[in-house]
Amino acid sequence: MNEALLAELRAALTPARVRTGATELGLYRRDASNIEGSAGVVCFPRTTEEVQACVRACVRHEVPFVPRGSGTGLAGGATPLDHAVVIALTKMDRVLSVDAVNRSAWVEPGVLNLDLTRQVAHLGLHFAPDPSSQQSCSIGGNVANNSGGPHCLADGVTTSHILAAEVVLTDGSVVVLGSEAWETHGLDLRGAFVGSEGMFGIATKLCVRLTQNAPAVTTMLMDFESVDAGAHTVSAIIADGMVPAALEMMDQLCIQAVEAYIHAGLPTDAAAVLLVEVAGLPHGVAADAARIVEIGTAHGARSVRIAQDEAERALLWKGRKTAFGAIARIKPNYYLHDTVVPRRALPDVLRQVYEVVERHDLLVLNVFHAGDGNLHPLLVFDKREPGVMARVHAAGEEIVRISVEAGGVLSGEHGIGLEKRDYMPLMFAPADLAAQAAVRRAFDPTGLANPSKVLPSPAGCGDLQHVPEGAWV
Amino acid sequence: MIDLLAFAAEVGDAEPVTITGLGTRGGAVPDVRVVRAPAGIDWVQADEMTVCCGAGTPVDELVTELAAYRQTVALPAGGTVGGALAVGRADARQLGWGPVRDALLQARYVSAAGEVVKAGGPTVKNVSGFDVCRLLVGSHGTLGFIGEVILRTRPLARHSQWFHRADVHDPSDVFTTLYRPVSVLWNGSAVWVLLEGHPDDVAEQAAVASLVACEGPPALPTGSRRLVPPAQVPLLTGGFVAELGVGVVHHAEASDAAVRPERAQVLDHTVRQALDPSGRLNPGR
Ligand SMILES: Cc1cc2nc3c(=O)[nH]c(=O)nc-3n(C[C@H](O)[C@H](O)[C@H](O)COP(=O)(O)OP(=O)(O)OC[C@H]3O[C@@H](n4cnc5c(N)ncnc54)[C@H](O)[C@@H]3O)c2cc1C
Repeated sequence: MNEALLAELRAALTPARVRTGATELGLYRRDASNIEGSAGVVCFPRTTEEVQACVRACVRHEVPFVPRGSGTGLAGGATPLDHAVVIALTKMDRVLSVDAVNRSAWVEPGVLNLDLTRQVAHLGLHFAPDPSSQQSCSIGGNVANNSGGPHCLADGVTTSHILAAEVVLTDGSVVVLGSEAWETHGLDLRGAFVGSEGMFGIATKLCVRLTQNAPAVTTMLMDFESVDAGAHTVSAIIADGMVPAALEMMDQLCIQAVEAYIHAGLPTDAAAVLLVEVAGLPHGVAADAARIVEIGTAHGARSVRIAQDEAERALLWKGRKTAFGAIARIKPNYYLHDTVVPRRALPDVLRQVYEVVERHDLLVLNVFHAGDGNLHPLLVFDKREPGVMARVHAAGEEIVRISVEAGGVLSGEHGIGLEKRDYMPLMFAPADLAAQAAVRRAFDPTGLANPSKVLPSPAGCGDLQHVPEGAWV
Repeated sequence: MIDLLAFAAEVGDAEPVTITGLGTRGGAVPDVRVVRAPAGIDWVQADEMTVCCGAGTPVDELVTELAAYRQTVALPAGGTVGGALAVGRADARQLGWGPVRDALLQARYVSAAGEVVKAGGPTVKNVSGFDVCRLLVGSHGTLGFIGEVILRTRPLARHSQWFHRADVHDPSDVFTTLYRPVSVLWNGSAVWVLLEGHPDDVAEQAAVASLVACEGPPALPTGSRRLVPPAQVPLLTGGFVAELGVGVVHHAEASDAAVRPERAQVLDHTVRQALDPSGRLNPGR
């Protein structure tokens, strides 16, 4: 590590918050993906000024830096490469102000998603994006990845809930993008920043929209004898002019794993279940719920279980949200994919996913945001099995290709990062990628903010490159 | 997919060029060669909540077509789809329907280099790559001329009704009493509220906030349209109609152009230059 840079970082932050110990470097060399890099040093700034000092020092020494929230990202976005400086925002975790009337709040980027919702719960408000990782992921990470969650079907993903961002750019300046008003003068630079995966600068404050809690909620579980019947029900509900608060699907293997884990009385012989939640004012909720039951029954739902109280509702959701914990009982390792397909293509794409997985002699559980066609095939395996990783990657690549060919996209919420960087040419032509690269250069002319993520290197445009083999763990 | 090659050839790759729709939002830049985007609806997929159309399609035509599917789109009435997106200003339903920028899923536009470029993707959820779509919305055509778009549609409400209440000197009470109203307008002494949903819910909400049904919103003053932090709306004075929660204020008088912090302005300029180095697209906008 560059000693002069280290000295500058220590002077700016105090030595206690500039870590180079083997434990920290080990912890911070990857995010929650299976891709590993190497961290040169980990810094923990507490203020915007300290973030500026870190960025200025990195740029002065031409050393790349990687902003990091909670490290729950699944695409390798926060994985540092080549001993980059990791700038961890976890100590910037204060809710700075809340406007309960206009329903907005200024927060620091390290505030955890669920903590924000907890802190405004007494006002009857919540932060709408609810990734399954909401207990541990940070708002800054949500913004950088434009994250989603089950309730983003009706309320939209993170970008719809961010009004403004204070950002430290690579020239060391601080800029506020967007405003508390919902529109801005000039270009929507806020919109460009959201989803920029740490490559445009570091968010140091965010103005978020808060959403009113619904006065009435109905949660129900419908089960089907075929995955197709469940998928057709999803399309039919939307085509009928309803946008439920959430519309989630689990397939048989997933139902069985979850039931063994939480004992919620789930129908383990069903091919698929749909978890549907309708929220809003009482008459509308009752009418929509009744119509959804009708549609489900017409599409072959064997039974409809409507949560009778808050405890039962929580139990049904627990089934959905603990799917990741539950699978550990099947195999020790998993690889979670994230693609989107048009809802109408769900039955066909799911069929192809099962075929691919079978051909590669793997197991797959599907638990996903069916309402917006956002697939999450979860490949489970034991990485001690020789050769298994090659099969996992081969199957994953096929799933991504099948999704794009079906008129879908590479990622619905996890982002591109390192994981899908080299798949970008499947979706974008060289001119499309050049436009994205130009925007990136405008925000960060130095190229030192989280380099090598999202955009494939120009030489690789048109053909697929791969993250070096050794990087996958 | 609409063929954009002829449109791209028309835009070309050199010399200033301007684009116009129906001219309802400022139209073409004077004294510059004018082009128009293709018009027409390519497809509507109600079960995907998406529609694909040429940017030259009139918004009103699109809204009429979508109504046949009991869907609509969160764009302000009048003019063309491309014009509404390029200007990026929502109408008074923004509080409930969201800003214009949230309606655009994918755009195929012609760049300053005369190439057809795609931004975004066709599905309602997508985080593949950087969000060039949101830059296009509100860019006044300076980053690229939009040829074809895929928009997110929304189901038409079961029931929709404007309400009124006089003698409201602090609108915060009405605003916080209602559950997700579509619009709350205030002119310093009265409020107008748009509620949508199940008729019984709408009636109950109106009763709780002591609202009476009315024909529609007041005419919005057209002198100037300012953006203020929503918390400042109750402090406004003079002749205005303000959109609560959103911070858009319509004034009778003209107002000075908004001053933005310098660094934001520089960044704005850098992004424009990055995508149109010679400033040939809608010069001066
Ligand atoms: C079990 C599990 C379930 C998950 N479920 C979901 C889900 O339902 N939906 C979903 O969308 N995601 C989900 N994720 C993925 C992940 O939780 C989200 O992407 C989350 O938003 C990442 O937040 P983080 O704080 O952990 O960010 P990190 O992983 O630390 O970073 C993510 C990216 O953001 C950048 N970044 C972080 N902070 C900043 C900042 N302040 N300024 C600029 N850039 C920054 C990083 O450089 C990196 O590129 C899940 C992950 C796990 C492990």
